[in-house]
Amino acid sequence: MIQDTVTDEVLLRKPKFIAFLFSIILLCFFIIDPSQSIMGELLEPALGDPEKSGIYGHFITSFMLSALLVLNLLAISFIPRFRFQVIVVWVQLLILFLSFFYSFDLSFVFIRSKIWFMITQGIFTTLYVSAISIVIASFIAIIGAIAKMSSNGFAFAIASFYTSFFRGLPLLMQVYLIYLGLPQIGYVIDAVPAGIIALSLCYGAYMTEIFRAGIMSIDAGQWEGSRALGFKFSLIMRKIILPQSIPLIIPPTGNQFIAMLKDSSLVSVIGVWELMFLARTLGNKTFNHMEMLITAAMLYWMMTMVLELIQSRIERKYQKRQSR
Amino acid sequence: MSEDNQNTIGPIISIKDMNKFYDDFQALTDINLDVNVGERIVICGPSGSGKSTLIRCLNRLEAHQSGSVNVNGVELHQHMKNIDKVRSEVGMVFQHFNLFPHMTILENCTAGPMWVNNMPPSDAHEMAMSYLNRVKIPEQANKYPAQLSGGQQQRVAIARSLCMNPKVMLFDEPTSALDPEMVSEVLDTMTDLAESGMTMICVTHEMGFAKRVADRVIFMDEGKIIESNDPIAFFENPQSDRTKKFLSQVLVH
Repeated sequence: MIQDTVTDEVLLRKPKFIAFLFSIILLCFFIIDPSQSIMGELLEPALGDPEKSGIYGHFITSFMLSALLVLNLLAISFIPRFRFQVIVVWVQLLILFLSFFYSFDLSFVFIRSKIWFMITQGIFTTLYVSAISIVIASFIAIIGAIAKMSSNGFAFAIASFYTSFFRGLPLLMQVYLIYLGLPQIGYVIDAVPAGIIALSLCYGAYMTEIFRAGIMSIDAGQWEGSRALGFKFSLIMRKIILPQSIPLIIPPTGNQFIAMLKDSSLVSVIGVWELMFLARTLGNKTFNHMEMLITAAMLYWMMTMVLELIQSRIERKYQKRQSR
Repeated sequence: MSEDNQNTIGPIISIKDMNKFYDDFQALTDINLDVNVGERIVICGPSGSGKSTLIRCLNRLEAHQSGSVNVNGVELHQHMKNIDKVRSEVGMVFQHFNLFPHMTILENCTAGPMWVNNMPPSDAHEMAMSYLNRVKIPEQANKYPAQLSGGQQQRVAIARSLCMNPKVMLFDEPTSALDPEMVSEVLDTMTDLAESGMTMICVTHEMGFAKRVADRVIFMDEGKIIESNDPIAFFENPQSDRTKKFLSQVLVH
């Protein structure tokens, strides 16, 4: 988005807007009834037992919460720099989330005893399953894209059937079909290869479209210029078209990789010892389900944050090259 | 026709009763044209008259539906095996240059000789530099196309085609996409090329170039060749009404 050079007046400087915002928030709070919340407990000396304070206590608690929220918004709006605003809001949201998790009364001793195994076994498996799958998916995607653009009816039919089928079924079902279906035709397969095949085939189908779009976006003049020099198809593809489409293909492929990292949790259902599988099984024995799920959630989040950082670096690098 | 009678004396390009259709629309009608070795032909006509389509049929970037197109002794048709060889001997310069943006100027020029003719890199390099010298931009060899002006890019495109040692050069409106002040540098390069004896077919609106350089000027309209004559006769004594009308519109400016 391109920012205008003239900025509108900040909404939070208009008393009318603040009053409007306040009343909306107040209404929301009033509906969800916060009198049992921490705020209600804090106000106990003034209002008495939250259970008995009735509609009056209910309203006062909502009012206090809304006032707090609006004042907070106002305060943030006075922070001069965009960057600091972002940091403050992030920190506040993080604190909210952490206190939400904290309210589960988690056993950190238990988390500490398991986290190393979750990282070495879980994250490691998740990463290598995803990495192998994205590489295979890319190869499938190149072939699929070329087949889909081909004038050969057979190639087009196979490719379009493939993309339609694997984009049309839930990934979870594909995982089951491959793991349980292949043995039916006499080919018994381990859980990890089955998971990799399922992820590769499914993402290969999606990435076929990414590759096709990347190849199609290259100007027809590049084909004509190459043909006029006497280049053959495979040479044009390898040396002229793909090198120019790869900068367009890499950013969405990075996105696919991040998505795959999370979707790889689906192969836990066939017993691959990746992060999600460990999160479900490690806490079972001692009923520490919430601990393991939240730990795994945090690990997934951290992994994707790191990958998104790398992804944006790569994107910027290719943008620079494009503008050469 | 086969490859056997290649290099025999006679027209290097021979078109007989050629018709081309885009679905129901007839783009070219009954085209007959022979081009001799060393001949310089300028094709002009209003837009949509089929002039670009015609020269794009000569290296089969476009297919014709009936009649025959014979280039350098090879008949062009849908199932031919050696189209790459024919194309490598017919240079083509496009309106929008079609340089490869991810390769340097030098790489653009050496790609054809190295990848198609299997020329050793050092020889290809040497030849590319000699042609870049000839189009007067050897100092830009290691830049990328986007760093050059339009006129420079078009001269690189000419050098790139010449690196394949073509027997014929086709020019498809080579100056139409250029800023006005860059037209002359490209036309000068083309004039040099013409003086060196290259067989050339140029689609262009540059009537001054046609007068100076062409052996023959062809006027096309609605997919047909209306008139074909030497430039003096063509410009001073046009035969058909459509040619007269076209010339009056073009030469006023």
